[in-house]
Amino acid sequence: MTTIDTTDPDAVAKRPVRWHIAVFLAPAVLIYTAVMILPLIETLRLSLFNVVDNQSIFVGFDNFKVLFGDDRWSVSFWNALKNNLVFFLIHMVVQNPIGIALAALLSLPVLRLRGFYRTAIFLPTILSFVIVGFIWKLILSPIWGVAPFLMDLVWMKSFFGPWLGKPASALVTVSLVSVWQNIGIPMMLIYAALLSIPDEVIEAAECDGVTGWSQFFKIKLPLILPTIGIVSILTFVGNFNAFDLVYTMQGALAGPDGSTDILGTFLYRTFFGFQLQVGDRSMGATIATVMFLIILAGVSLYLFVIQRRIRRYQF
Amino acid sequence: MNHLRKTLLVTTVAAIGAGFAAPAFAEDVTLTIESWRNDDLPIWQEKLIPAFEAKNPGIKLNFAPSAPTEYDAALGAKLDAGSAGDIITCRPFDKSLALFQKGQLASLSDLPGIEGFSPVAKSAWITDDGKDTFCVPVAAVIHGFIYNKEAFDKLGITVPQTEDEFFAALEKIKADGTYIPLAMGTKDLWEAATMGYQNIGPNYWKGEEGRLALIAGTQKLTDPQWVEPFATLAKWAPYMGDGFEAQTYPDSQNLFTLGRAAIYPAGSWEISGFNTQAQFKMGAFPPPVKKAGDECFISDHTDLAIGMNAKTAHPEAAKKFLSWVASPEFADIYANALPGFFSLSSTPVKMQDPLAEEFVSWREKCKPTIRSTYQILSRGTPNLENETWTESANVINGTDTPQVAAEKLQKGLDAWFKPAAAK
Repeated sequence: MTTIDTTDPDAVAKRPVRWHIAVFLAPAVLIYTAVMILPLIETLRLSLFNVVDNQSIFVGFDNFKVLFGDDRWSVSFWNALKNNLVFFLIHMVVQNPIGIALAALLSLPVLRLRGFYRTAIFLPTILSFVIVGFIWKLILSPIWGVAPFLMDLVWMKSFFGPWLGKPASALVTVSLVSVWQNIGIPMMLIYAALLSIPDEVIEAAECDGVTGWSQFFKIKLPLILPTIGIVSILTFVGNFNAFDLVYTMQGALAGPDGSTDILGTFLYRTFFGFQLQVGDRSMGATIATVMFLIILAGVSLYLFVIQRRIRRYQF
Repeated sequence: MNHLRKTLLVTTVAAIGAGFAAPAFAEDVTLTIESWRNDDLPIWQEKLIPAFEAKNPGIKLNFAPSAPTEYDAALGAKLDAGSAGDIITCRPFDKSLALFQKGQLASLSDLPGIEGFSPVAKSAWITDDGKDTFCVPVAAVIHGFIYNKEAFDKLGITVPQTEDEFFAALEKIKADGTYIPLAMGTKDLWEAATMGYQNIGPNYWKGEEGRLALIAGTQKLTDPQWVEPFATLAKWAPYMGDGFEAQTYPDSQNLFTLGRAAIYPAGSWEISGFNTQAQFKMGAFPPPVKKAGDECFISDHTDLAIGMNAKTAHPEAAKKFLSWVASPEFADIYANALPGFFSLSSTPVKMQDPLAEEFVSWREKCKPTIRSTYQILSRGTPNLENETWTESANVINGTDTPQVAAEKLQKGLDAWFKPAAAK
């Protein structure tokens, strides 16, 4: 396209206004603006307002001062942020390496039943959070669960505990369930990246005697590094927006003792209220704004610092 | 011509339609009842509406419930738009109070029949200064313990009256090993607070006396009478099932109805469900008192009331209906159709269900109160009710000591609540 334009300058002068571009873009722009951009702006605006005597008034950064300065609010907030970080780190340490390993195994030419494994491992990802949360609550139930029974079969019953009910283990358990559910996504993305490595590169490596583990670490891993970067940033955004799994497994109070409370559940309780607690839209919007800024900072860091240093290879 | 025929047709169809909807005289007044209790639709259609219409010719009732989760939002929108029904089913406490303050619910302080309700019964639908009552109390739930009669007979346990007897019974059941002594878990948090703390607590803080003192600011949650129930709760833990930390509310219900647990800390709303599920005989006892002969208190928590839309076109008919709601006849039909949701009327209702009869009989010997956190005290942030859930579970799980739990709750309350005594 571009080559034709530059060789024929007259075509540029005669070209009519290309309305069709605007027409084709309009639906996406309108819908995106209506359901994403406007609510986002409205949320940011709302975080600067508060209700005093039934009147919504501009309070500047007072809501943020309360969130970070007030004893109770800041404790809840830092607790949620800390839990969210742990939630994210568990995904980074467990989900992504296992995802990469599964993808590497799937891409081995000698593997049989590849389609079956791929489907089976990806399947939880397309299940609803409600189903996943409910199934795992049942599996891990100390009363009816299959987990204590299975552990009993291998003489490990003594290691079983009511993990979802103990403050020390609840967050890790919920994180691992989330890992179980979402592991299909890094696996698929990296599997696709591995498949796109040209055979010539692999053959050249084999000619040079680079095989097995060293082939994976020296040849394949550097080539899929950009995809791993994308997977990491998707994990980051997904984790800091997470809410549903914790809500279905641990309830809106994210117990026990707030140990599974992440930013999403904290926002939910604050904005919509819970039981006798009435919703506080201004403080809710404040938390939402902070979440937005955290995610924005993380994504910017990735885009401007990390992504630029990742070396890309062109074939 | 064509136009005229069309109009005729339309009016005819409309007339037929109206004829079907209200096969009675034109001057009939129809009152529409807003409610979230769509489960109650058969009771209204088969029992309550015929009973009322038979006595009040000229007034028709239309029970129009919406889904429980949508009720508050839908009702608010309809009231604002002026399209809400004449009769409003009232949620307890602040939600209805807000409607009254906006002028959307009428004051019913001078309604004939409203005097038949005790102050506790009215406490959920009254202004903070106690001047205006705006809904007729309909139903309450009572806390206590439901037990497996067969288990008690087999182990030779008599119904415990005092706390010592209660723990002796638990110890005996545990030693025998056939049954889990207490069917309760802390996973869902609210079980620990509602079936635990609010169940046994009134005996310690002396029901209304303590609850009102808390609101007045003359007592604090760190006072012994508010800490002790936590200490007692903590003693429950060894008698709860294996892994109770991850046991949910449905788990507890199933453990009990399957006959695997002996005692279930309960709310009376369980009665109809348990009657159909459990294959064994059940009994109930009120929260045990500390020493024999102590005065007993029960949590008789107000849950549902009926009020009048302030902008109704038929205030006279609506008041006539509400007076009937306040009458013993309504109480009798309603309470027996829904065993476990007890009438709040001061006139005792004869219950046909033995378990429900047992629960309601405690009203005669014990003093009723409502859950301590519900009126006024849960308006601010942090929310006292939600905090009580977390702390009750913490105390049982051993995460917090009773003293620490109480201090946390009081600190949270102090953050926003300024009682009259402190001013």
